[in-house]
Amino acid sequence: MRILRFLLRKEYLQIFRDHFMVAQMLLLPCIQLAILANAATFEVKGARLVVVDEDRTSSSRGLIDRFVASRRFELVPSPISTRGADDAMLRREAGAILRIPTAFERDLVRARAAQVQLVLNAEDGAAAGVMLGYAQRIIADYAGELATTLPGVSASMAVTRVGQPTLDVRTRGWYNPELDYRFYMVPGILVQLVTMVGTFLTALNIVREKELGTLEQLNVTPVTRGQFIAAKLIPLWSLGLLGLAIGLAVARYAFHVPIRGSVLLVFGTASVYLLAALSVGLLVSTMVETQQQAMFVTFFIVLVYLLMSGLFTPVRSMPTWAQWIAQANPTMHYMEIMRGIMLRGAGLREIARHLAVLAVCAAAVFTLSVRQYAKRVA
Amino acid sequence: MSTPATRPKRPPSTLGAFVTKEMHHILRDRQTLAILLLMPLVQVLLFGYALRTDIRDLRVAVVDPTPDVATLRLRSRLAATSRFRLLKVSTTTNVLPELFQRRTADVALVLPTSFAERMGRGDTAQVLLITDASDPNTGTTMQVYVRSVLADFERDFGGARPRAGAIFIAVASRMRFNPTLESANLFVPGLIALVLTLVSALMTAISLSREKELGTLEVLLVSPLRPWQIIVGKVVPYLVLGFAITCLVLTAARVVFSVPMRGSVTLLLAESVLFTIVSLSLGVLVAARTSSQRAAMLGALVGTMMPTALLSGMIFPITSMPGWLQPVTRVVPARWFIVIARGIMLKGIGLEYLWRETAVLAGMALLLLVAATRSFHAHLD
Amino acid sequence: MTSALGERSIEVDGLTRRFGTFTAVDRISFDVAQGEVFGFLGANGAGKTTAIRMLIGLLAPSAGSARVAGYDVATHAEMVKRNIGYMSQRFSLYEDLTVRENITLYGGIYGLSDIAIEKRTTELVDRLDLRDDIDARVKSIPLGWKQKLAFSVAVLHDPRVVFLDEPTGGVDPITRRQFWELIYTTAATGTTVFVTTHYMDEAEYCDRVSIMVDGRIVALGTPAELKEQYEARSIDDVFVRLARAGTAA
Repeated sequence: MRILRFLLRKEYLQIFRDHFMVAQMLLLPCIQLAILANAATFEVKGARLVVVDEDRTSSSRGLIDRFVASRRFELVPSPISTRGADDAMLRREAGAILRIPTAFERDLVRARAAQVQLVLNAEDGAAAGVMLGYAQRIIADYAGELATTLPGVSASMAVTRVGQPTLDVRTRGWYNPELDYRFYMVPGILVQLVTMVGTFLTALNIVREKELGTLEQLNVTPVTRGQFIAAKLIPLWSLGLLGLAIGLAVARYAFHVPIRGSVLLVFGTASVYLLAALSVGLLVSTMVETQQQAMFVTFFIVLVYLLMSGLFTPVRSMPTWAQWIAQANPTMHYMEIMRGIMLRGAGLREIARHLAVLAVCAAAVFTLSVRQYAKRVA
Repeated sequence: MSTPATRPKRPPSTLGAFVTKEMHHILRDRQTLAILLLMPLVQVLLFGYALRTDIRDLRVAVVDPTPDVATLRLRSRLAATSRFRLLKVSTTTNVLPELFQRRTADVALVLPTSFAERMGRGDTAQVLLITDASDPNTGTTMQVYVRSVLADFERDFGGARPRAGAIFIAVASRMRFNPTLESANLFVPGLIALVLTLVSALMTAISLSREKELGTLEVLLVSPLRPWQIIVGKVVPYLVLGFAITCLVLTAARVVFSVPMRGSVTLLLAESVLFTIVSLSLGVLVAARTSSQRAAMLGALVGTMMPTALLSGMIFPITSMPGWLQPVTRVVPARWFIVIARGIMLKGIGLEYLWRETAVLAGMALLLLVAATRSFHAHLD
Repeated sequence: MTSALGERSIEVDGLTRRFGTFTAVDRISFDVAQGEVFGFLGANGAGKTTAIRMLIGLLAPSAGSARVAGYDVATHAEMVKRNIGYMSQRFSLYEDLTVRENITLYGGIYGLSDIAIEKRTTELVDRLDLRDDIDARVKSIPLGWKQKLAFSVAVLHDPRVVFLDEPTGGVDPITRRQFWELIYTTAATGTTVFVTTHYMDEAEYCDRVSIMVDGRIVALGTPAELKEQYEARSIDDVFVRLARAGTAA
């Protein structure tokens, strides 16, 4: 224990003496949250819409007005012809083209049904899907409006309402009624932060001692494997928690992201997850010789872990085989836990299953990495 | 790029030897090389297969306080829809928080009492649709799906009688350039940008700052090589590597996912070389400005990788970003490259449409090259 | 060949290390007495470093045995480590820690009490004339001093044997002289010094030297004995003759 004390002192001294590292620890959470929380969204505002209005009636203009009023779309001072619109899309000047054919109003009045065409630039896939959703809603709402305002039908309305059962569907989005995308992304960004700090710092820290030759020096001393690993992991573990604390504070006070569950639970589960992350870093450090290699191997591993964790795309949308792989991914479980606690206010009981898997993963990676770490070459 | 007047006879061969040495460095480090080649392939597979946003399996919980003919019909209707999985039917809403907390249900449909009676009378029956909106996009999409089933049900229940007052506007929509929103098509152009940034910016920054740290850069500097030749020597092997990886990713995307290549492959490859030059210059700049390997690593990560992944439109549409952030993306080279790559691959357009983006990239390349050579010179003094 | 000085602190018998089909160290045998200064010579790639790494417990032997400070390196490597000091050819103190912090760290690792660490630190900086730099980062002190400091830290805990792997690489002749004075002082207290070097004049300072060629020990004795045996004027001549013979074979 005495030896461990000396080693720990050395680690903390080195960490806090490295101003670059300290600055990184303090700034990275802020920068990442600021950029990611704002950039990582699929919401679409002000998509550029080209309208080809071949009808030119009050009904068609009404529809265009609804598009503009929604503020989801921004009207491009439009070329008239369909070909011109096409060209605008090729030049990326239009994200969507709405074509209202001639006889739009006439069809509405006569047949009470009409058709419009919507072409979306699906080059930006995610955005295209979202735009279609908005457009459909705007058009449906407009149809509902027309049902009462379009001449010639209001009289029959009252009659038909009787005997016609209707469903009045009220919707409610739990946990995020305002549909604020940041609420969803921020816990994920924190997970990513903890993952990066845990794996990169551990791998680089140990490999650096390898490169400098100080590791060999330590290996010739009576310092045991356990003492060495403990002395390396404890400071980085506390550093990871510190990073998380900073990130949480920024999220809470700068972005007003709710933390509905227990903060204690956030840190408790982070402790378990960090063990897994640190062990991955330790494992990498046993496999490589230079910091450059450490960096690449870690980058590769972390990237796969994060992509398979549901950070950007839901795990449940993955094909079945990928979902099975994701089940073995500690990052995925920690992601579920963080979103559960922060957004849904989940307690220990609700996250128990994920926590259990996480603990098993952490124990397994830790054991493996400790076994891999050898003071001498056989 | 300097002193064209004093062109000595030696440099070409000296430079050649230097480039060979760099190439050896790269090829000898099997581990890094394996990762550099493996990473893009794994990413293509992951992005193409695993990273999807469509929702195929919706778990619905139904709260039905007083089951009757109508609710049974609605329930079986839900169950019959392939997208839905009817999870649990209970009589009270008490169970819902638990179901949502444990993430066993995605959607809950709360039906009113005496549903059949109301519907039979032709009254309005209130239905509450609860979704887990923690992920707003998924939440909204799920609402749309359930609503459409409910609308069908409503129409059927009303029998053949059309709702006389109702107006129907059909939307004939078309997803241009990527009709099925295939995720591989969307991600491959961005992926090329990401991998090229990784190989060129990150690798160059680290390898150059490593030579700085080890002192081997000093040795090169006292050699007859000129500074720009050192830069070229450092950069050319990564250019070759980047080119090889681009071809690899394109082939993989084509073979495995049949990602389209509607425009000219030659143009795309030329543009990717241009983009690689921009990234390489950034890498040299980072290495010249930082003092240690770790600093260079971090500088390259924060300065090149992060913007490429997040601010380029690769994953998140730029139009979705807040107003202050959108102009920031203009300085991210990958943003322009992705427009070009998508344009060529998905739209099949050529320089007549992409000259502006190409010009921006070329301008960046020129500017950064000059800046990199300059800061390298500054380092010598 | 056992020295008259009495107890043996290193006993090597048929020690061998193979990497695949390549034999880096081939059945070497020798003994070193307690308090002796033993020079371990050899050209680059002769197997010196591999042999040292086995003796200090970093590398497991493929065959043969070696006892250092009374413990078998194959079975009791950790006990060996408690009783030896090691200074590698690369400078390996922590450059971002101060002189005092480095001393304290290694003192603590070898189980010295706080009082003992305090006392040793004072002694050490006095002897090395580093009083003014005690709270300076190691990075900022000159290479020669760094090396002397590294040596002093390696013997901080009074090990029975200290292994020095090319300790004087890259330092000026005056510092090298001072360094050897430190070595003699240490040997006088009964610590065995096992040193590899490229400088043949340094070999002359050793009580005994061995010369390794292609993984084998081809000569072993006091500098005087070797010079007589090979009819050479200096160890340098002996070395060149042996090394040349080895590569020719």
